[in-house]
Amino acid sequence: MTASYETHEYDVLIIGAGGAGLRAAIEALAHGATVGVVCKSLLGKAHTVMAEGGVAAAMANVDPKDNWQVHFRDTMLGGKKLNNWRMAQLHAMEAPDRIRELEQWGALFDRTDKGEILQRAFGGHTYKRLCHVGDRTGLEMIRTLQDRGVQMGFDVFMECTVTKLLRDGDRVAGAFAYWRESGRFVVFKAKSIVIATGGIGKAWKVTSNSWECTGDGMALAYEAGAELMDMECIQFHPTGMVWPPGVRGILVTEAVRGEGGILRNKNGERFMEKYDPKRLELSTRDVVARSIYTEVREGRGSEHGGAYLDISHKPAEYVKRKLPSMYHQFKELADVDITAGPMEVGPTCHYVMGGIKVDGETTATSLPGLFAAGEAAAGMHGANRLGGNSLSDLLVFGRRAGLAAAANAKKVGMPTIDPAQIEQAEREALAPFQLTGGENPYTIHQDLQDTMQNLVGIFRNEEDLNKALIELAKLRERAAHAKVEGSRLFNPGWHLAFDLRAMLAVSEAVTKSAIARKESRGGHARIDYPNYDPVWEKKHNVIVKQGNQMARNEWPSPEIPEELQGILAEDSK
Amino acid sequence: MAEATLRVFRGGPEGGGATDYKVEVTPGMVVLDAIHSIQAHQAPDLAVRWNCKAAKCGSCSAEVNGKPRLMCKTRMDSLPLDQPITVYPIKSFPLLKDLVTDVSWNYKVNKKIQPFTPKPNVEWKMYQKDIDRAQEFRKCIECFLCQNVCHVLREHDLHDHFGGPRFFVRSAGLEMHPLDGADRIPMLREELGIGYCNITKCCTEVCPEDIHITDNAIIPLKERVVDRFYDPLTMLFRKFSGK
Repeated sequence: MTASYETHEYDVLIIGAGGAGLRAAIEALAHGATVGVVCKSLLGKAHTVMAEGGVAAAMANVDPKDNWQVHFRDTMLGGKKLNNWRMAQLHAMEAPDRIRELEQWGALFDRTDKGEILQRAFGGHTYKRLCHVGDRTGLEMIRTLQDRGVQMGFDVFMECTVTKLLRDGDRVAGAFAYWRESGRFVVFKAKSIVIATGGIGKAWKVTSNSWECTGDGMALAYEAGAELMDMECIQFHPTGMVWPPGVRGILVTEAVRGEGGILRNKNGERFMEKYDPKRLELSTRDVVARSIYTEVREGRGSEHGGAYLDISHKPAEYVKRKLPSMYHQFKELADVDITAGPMEVGPTCHYVMGGIKVDGETTATSLPGLFAAGEAAAGMHGANRLGGNSLSDLLVFGRRAGLAAAANAKKVGMPTIDPAQIEQAEREALAPFQLTGGENPYTIHQDLQDTMQNLVGIFRNEEDLNKALIELAKLRERAAHAKVEGSRLFNPGWHLAFDLRAMLAVSEAVTKSAIARKESRGGHARIDYPNYDPVWEKKHNVIVKQGNQMARNEWPSPEIPEELQGILAEDSK
Repeated sequence: MAEATLRVFRGGPEGGGATDYKVEVTPGMVVLDAIHSIQAHQAPDLAVRWNCKAAKCGSCSAEVNGKPRLMCKTRMDSLPLDQPITVYPIKSFPLLKDLVTDVSWNYKVNKKIQPFTPKPNVEWKMYQKDIDRAQEFRKCIECFLCQNVCHVLREHDLHDHFGGPRFFVRSAGLEMHPLDGADRIPMLREELGIGYCNITKCCTEVCPEDIHITDNAIIPLKERVVDRFYDPLTMLFRKFSGK
C-alpha cells in the first residue's frame, strides 16, 4: 500500500460540526484564525439537529423573577453538585447573550405577546426558561450557526472521519482522517484543535442518539493522553418511544411534559405523585427516568413496557402547533394520535454528562493545544443535566473554546509531525482489510449494545459492572480482529470498525468509573449503594491512559466560593 | 413473520444494478431498518446516508418503489410486500455509491444567497404573526427531495442556471424575515433562475415537512421578481432614474 494522503494546515481545527463545533468555528474566525471544520456527516446533519424542546437561558421574558443566579442554582442542584461550579456559573451568566446573538444572526424563536422570545417550562428549571421553536429548536440553531459560519468562511471537510490525534512532543499537532466517500487519507496540521464530537449513546441498545454518537472525540483525546472525567454519569432520558420495536428509543421531547403532559401507569395512577410530589412530571430527568423504570419493573408498566404520557387534555390545535414533530412522529411511526390519546414512553440513553476534563474558563484539556466543548467535555452538568442546558452549553462553551483556541494559535508556531506517526495511523486504518476470518463489526456492535444496556444501564450493581468489564475485554479482542469486506469506497462496515474502537474505549471508561463511585448520584444509580455519599460529592473519577492501561484516578472538586454557596443555599422561589 | 424482498441498487458511477435481499419484517419497521438489517447480515459495505432515523435530519432520501421518500419515514407495512420493494438513489445528483449521491452542488448554490442582514438600527422585537410565514420555511431539513423531483434539475439538468426549490425556500425565509434588510430579488432572478420554475408543484408534493413550497415560497418570490423587473411603471421609472 503506497503512503498517500493530502495535507491541510489551519490555526484552528475543529472536529465535529454540531452546535459546539460551529459556535467554536465562528468565534475562532472572528478572532482572525484560519479554521477547518471536519465532520462525519454532511454539514447541518449533526446530532444537534435532533434537539427539540429548547435552549435554556435566564432571559426572564416570561417569568420576570428569573436571573442567572437561579439558573446557576437549578443547574447545580440538578447536577447534584458534581458540576464544575465555574462552568455552571459562566453558563448561567452568558447564555442570554448567546441567544440574543443567534437572533441577530437570523434565528426565529417563538414569541411572547410583547414580541420577546417565548420561554417554556422544563424539568428542574424553577422558571419558564427554555427559548424554543415549536419542538425543532436544534434545527433552528444548527441552521443559523451553519449559515453564519459559511458566510464568515470556514473550510468544511464533510463526511470525513478523524481516527487519530497526532502529537508534536507534549502538544497536540494535528489529526489523521479519512474521507468516507473515497477512503483516501487526510492529514491536518493545526496549532489548536477543538473536540466537539458529542456523546456515546450508540454504545447502548436503546438510545435517542444518531449513528454519529460513538464517543469518537473522547476516545481520540484519551488515546492522545488527555483525561476523561465523570464518565459514569450517563443520562437516560425518561421519555423515548417504546413501540413499535423499530422506533424504540427515539426521543419524545420533554416539552410534552413542559406543555402539561401527564405520566400514568397501567392502573391510571399519576405515579410521579409518589416519587416527586412537588415537581411531578417536571422533576429532573434522572428521577423521572428511574420512576418509569421502577413502575415497569414492579409490574405497573404500559402494554409494551413503558409508561403512558398524555397531552390529549390540551386542545388538539395547541398540541399540533407547539409539538408538531411529536404529532407527526407518533402518527406516522406508531399509528398514535397524541391529540386523542396517550403515547407510550420509556427511558432511552440520551446524553453523557462526563467527557474530556477541561478548564472551566478556557475549555483547555490537559494536553496543550487541545480544547473540548459541548457533550464531549465534562463538568458543566455534573451528575445530571437539565433539559435545555445542553443547547446553551454548546453556545457558551463552543464560543469559549473558539476564543481560547484562536488565542493559543496566536502564541504558538505551526507544529511539526513526525512521518512515522502518520505511517502508523495509516497502518492501523488499513488493518481491518488485511484480516481474514474475523467477525463482521456489526455483530460486535450489537453485542456491545447488549452488554451496556443490560449491565451498565439505568440501575447498576457491582456484580453486573464487573461482568461488563470482562465482556468489554472480550469484545475488544474480537474488535481487534474484525474483518471488513469490500473496498475503501464509502464502506460503512469499515467505518463502523473505527467507531467500534472508540465506543469500546469509552464504554470501558464508563464502566470503570461506575464501579468506583460507590454511591448513587444523578445519572449514576447503584442498587447496592442507593444513597448519596457526601465524600463522593467532593471528588471525581478521572480516567487516563498509562502505557497501554486505562488508569483511574480521583480528583478533588474545587471549593465553591462563598458567594456562590450562598446562592445554592437560598430556597428556590 | 412476514418476509420482504428489497431490490436495492448496488454500484457506482461506472455502472451497477439491482440486488435482491430478503428481510424479515417486524412491526412498525421502516425501509431504513430493512437497509440496516441488510448491512448487518448480508452486505456490510452497502452505502447509505442516514443520521437520526426520526425524520429530523433529512439524510436518508431515496427513491422507494419509484417515489422519492425519506427511508426512515416509509413504513414497510405501507408498501405491497408481495412484490420486491425497489430502493434506488435519488436521481438528480451524481451517484457516488449504492444509495449515496453527491449533493455538494446544493452547498455551492447556498453560498450564492446573501445571509440574514438586519436592517440598520433595528429593535429586536418581533411578533408571532409576523414570523409565522418565515418559520414555515425554516422547517426545511435539507433532504433535497424537492431538488430531486424538480423538472428543471431532473430532466433539464439546468444546475448551472437554477437554484431549485430548496433555495427558493431558504430565500423566502430570509426575504420574509421581518427584520431582514437585504434585497435578494435580483439574485433570485439572475443567479437562482427562478423564472425557470413553471410551478408544477412536484416539490411541494414530496416535502416531508409539508412546506407549501410552491404556494408560499416560490409564487410570492416570483411575484416580487415580476413587480421589480416587469411592472410597466417600475420599468419606466428605472429607465429614467437609471436604477
